Amino acid sequence: MTAATALRPASPVRRRRRRPAGAPTNPVPYIVAVVLIGLMLAPVAYIIIGGFRTNAEITTDPSGLPASWNPVNYIDVLTGGIFWQEVLNSLIAALATTAGAVVLGLMASYVLARYTFVGRGALYAIFASGLMFPLTVAITPLYIVIKNLGLMNSLAGIILPQIAFALPTTIIILVPFLRAIPDEIQEAAFIDGCSRLGFFWRMVVRLSMPGVITVGILAFIGSWNSYLLPLFILNDSASFTLPLGVQAFSSQYSVDTAKVLAFTSLSMIPALVFFSLFERRIVGGLTGAVKG
Amino acid sequence: MTVRESTLPGEFGQADPRAKNGGAVTKAAPPSARKSHGLGWSGRLEVAILVGPALVVFLAFVIYPVVMAAYYGFFSWQGFGAPTDFVGFRNYLTILQDPTFHDALWHNATIVVLSLVLQGPVAILVALLLNRKLRGQSIIRVLIFVPYVISEVVVGTGWSLMLQGNGAINGFLEKIGLGTLAQDWLANPDIAIWTLMAIITWKYIGFAVILFLAGLQGIPEELSEAAAIDGASYWQIQRRITLPLLGPTLRIWAFLSIIGSLQLFDLVYIIWGQYISSTAGTSTMATYLVSNGRNSGNFGYGNAVAVVLFVISLVVALVYQRYVLSRDTAGALTEGKK
Repeated sequence: MTAATALRPASPVRRRRRRPAGAPTNPVPYIVAVVLIGLMLAPVAYIIIGGFRTNAEITTDPSGLPASWNPVNYIDVLTGGIFWQEVLNSLIAALATTAGAVVLGLMASYVLARYTFVGRGALYAIFASGLMFPLTVAITPLYIVIKNLGLMNSLAGIILPQIAFALPTTIIILVPFLRAIPDEIQEAAFIDGCSRLGFFWRMVVRLSMPGVITVGILAFIGSWNSYLLPLFILNDSASFTLPLGVQAFSSQYSVDTAKVLAFTSLSMIPALVFFSLFERRIVGGLTGAVKG
Repeated sequence: MTVRESTLPGEFGQADPRAKNGGAVTKAAPPSARKSHGLGWSGRLEVAILVGPALVVFLAFVIYPVVMAAYYGFFSWQGFGAPTDFVGFRNYLTILQDPTFHDALWHNATIVVLSLVLQGPVAILVALLLNRKLRGQSIIRVLIFVPYVISEVVVGTGWSLMLQGNGAINGFLEKIGLGTLAQDWLANPDIAIWTLMAIITWKYIGFAVILFLAGLQGIPEELSEAAAIDGASYWQIQRRITLPLLGPTLRIWAFLSIIGSLQLFDLVYIIWGQYISSTAGTSTMATYLVSNGRNSGNFGYGNAVAVVLFVISLVVALVYQRYVLSRDTAGALTEGKK
């Protein structure tokens, strides 16, 4: 039972023998799939299509198609400057959170997985206990900590707590990965004169890449979508991340529904692109993370 | 037993640092590396350098704030300077006697139950139907998963526009001749909680389906093949073999769903805002925390609410671990306490 099998529960060997070749195709799964996908995508489609309509159209016929596909709302948003500022802020926060969580998490997991010392169990328990503390519970004192550190309205003020709250999941996923690295590799490296830290940089980081990618993606998506923490920490619109930006935009232009829809659908695109690029790892990572 | 192990990876078990995992601990490795007290000064320094940064960040931004929440909860405090107005358990008494909080708690309980009841069976059926060789299975999985990836803010903004009195949902109902069904979906207190449940189901059911599919693919094919040879029907196989073996996955999904429902904040706060949510009957403990804490300047009170929310989640989690999850595993959260 290694971490590798845990993260890839679907064995390709098993999957191949599902159905004898030439058996009649049952249409029911396809019908269910189509209906389900329709329900899942209809609201998304509404947001995207709505951005191409005018407010007059939306008022007279809220659920119709655009009379003419007019990209003016999208162009307005894309040339407005606010949108790009917020994309940049979100990107910086997400990348820094991911890098921080992966680097700190990997270092700590390496010690927890491969060093033997008094208090190791307690150390692991401290990190694991973080799973029990949701951000919601800590949010007010966290806000005060950030305020005392002078990090209000700065991206560092959300990056540091996001790294901290990503660490428990990161460590819990990575420790079994690092422990699964065969001792023989380590022994061989030691015999060849490699120090334990050298072993870490040369071998461990590379061998644990699948786990690292998984936790990195989890941290990235968590940061990209996070709302409560930025809501408390970022009050200045110049520092807004996309979720705050969408909300601010929709209350500022509450009468201009079409423009709000255009802004909202543009803000979906980065997450959707990122998701389609890493779909396999995200799905595998989430199912792996949940089980771990 | 081997089957159960194959559907639930052994990470919980491995989490125990004392576990003898593949000989990693017991094997006679180079003495300096593996002796239990053999860590010299350089070894200790390595440990400190490697764990130090993570530990500092974690203690400063997770543990310290949580501890301080418990401390601030005993004060009447507006958030300026150090808290001085010690009020003992008065904040907690106020919370427990506040009908608005009772409402929020009741809404949370409703959301917990309805999430399990609405999402669970549907997701199992969908996963069973999709768990076969389908053309385009990977694209189906991706598309089902889309709502889960979109941020809560986008979901909330989009849905609240669609659900307005003159929004797309009512417009569509009129178009297909069901105009009588048009509702004030967001403000009517009889309906709002169901509207919220519909949105939650839409957003999170893809996660359940993907999780169950992964669990189903860990179940060995041989079992259902053997049952089919013995004359079991498709649904008999699903009920008697697949579902019991999917048990561990189901129980972990339910755990995540319950904790998520108890701490629900983003969707409610974005769609209903801090004031309307309580009159519409969709407020949750977390929206109560933010509205009555920071937004009204009562930081001490807000922290007391946070403690209550935490204790409720913790009790539910521990009870669930003790009576439900303990069947599968020792449990990651209780690890280290045994």
